[in-house]
Amino acid sequence: MDFTTNKPIYQHIYDIVTERIILGQLREGDRVPSVRELAVELQVNPNTVMRAYDALCTGGIIASSRGIGYFVSEGAAERALAESRREFIEGEMVTLFRRMTTLGISAEELSTLYNNYKTEQNDENKQ
Amino acid sequence: MIKVKNLEFSYRAKRHIFRDLSLSVDAGQICGLLGSNGIGKSTLLKLLSGLLTPNCGSVTTLGEEAQQRTLSMLQEIAYLPEEFSLPNIRVKDWVAVTTPFYGSFDHAFFAKAMGEFEVNEGEKFGSLSMGQRKKVLIAFAMACSTSLLLLDEPTNGLDITSKQTFRRLLAEWATPSRTAIISTHQVKDVENLLDHIIILDSKGMVVDASTYDISRYLRFAIESSPEGAIYSQPALGGYATVSENTTESESNIDIELLFGAATKEPQRVRSILNPSTK
Repeated sequence: MDFTTNKPIYQHIYDIVTERIILGQLREGDRVPSVRELAVELQVNPNTVMRAYDALCTGGIIASSRGIGYFVSEGAAERALAESRREFIEGEMVTLFRRMTTLGISAEELSTLYNNYKTEQNDENKQ
Repeated sequence: MIKVKNLEFSYRAKRHIFRDLSLSVDAGQICGLLGSNGIGKSTLLKLLSGLLTPNCGSVTTLGEEAQQRTLSMLQEIAYLPEEFSLPNIRVKDWVAVTTPFYGSFDHAFFAKAMGEFEVNEGEKFGSLSMGQRKKVLIAFAMACSTSLLLLDEPTNGLDITSKQTFRRLLAEWATPSRTAIISTHQVKDVENLLDHIIILDSKGMVVDASTYDISRYLRFAIESSPEGAIYSQPALGGYATVSENTTESESNIDIELLFGAATKEPQRVRSILNPSTK
């Protein structure tokens, strides 16, 4: 696992779990990999995974069931999606807008490029 | 788990390796031991395991004085030295004669680790390459299932796939009651596994902190200017900098950069990481 961006590792792990929930790979009520399973998979310290899981519990994304493990909470997908959207809008999107300003790309141009991208994606999916 | 107090050690009179070294490592940590060549990393591992005796001060390992080399302590220590020599016998025969020293040896873990490393137990050590012999010793040390695992440069000589295997095995080995201390120059190989970092320099200890505290008190970032940073290196996109973290947010620790800062500005790094002693 390559953690290149500047977030601490536990936040990357937090993102990995929320992404799996948003993509539906993990659904409400599903068992989440154990701390050790995920540590082995990602080749990281189990204490770091534990810290990510603590944060996920606090955020109401997963909950621990004593002695059995961690499970995806009810409404986790919506909460995870809302949180990821906010983070994207406040983070990557600001960076994007800054670059757009520097390079003189207008909102209309962005809109056209985005629509073209969506059309291409749809065509690819049909094939 | 480990307590070193006012340790003084030298191999020869008047050439001190350690003058007044104190440190402690708790159970459940995977601790990285970093320092330049010849600073005493391997010596420290030998002192912790009772292979060397301090001139002054004390080394307490697993609650016992290390230099006493009690059976109960030695049974709970697995030590992978940087250099080793092995008899030219089959791996499985060597394992059979060595495992009786380790009461909790986990044969299933050993077999699994050997499988993942793709080394055959039926081979003689003489027919294995240096890297393959090291893999056997890593698999063996972890399978000993001891409370303390001392690894001296474990990833030296391992190929890329084996380094990944090593990381997976170590993540699996770790439990809240076990401690690993890894002496290494190859920090990139293990950085995501460490939750405690010790950096030694010629005057003693510069850093002895959890990765949690390091990312709370220090900020690692690419900046357009090196101004205000404790330490910086030119990098793609500007300067890779270490500075005091005055924000609430944490950044990802760049251990090589931390090492640079600790080497160039030991006083500042020490005082930032130990705010109570300011």
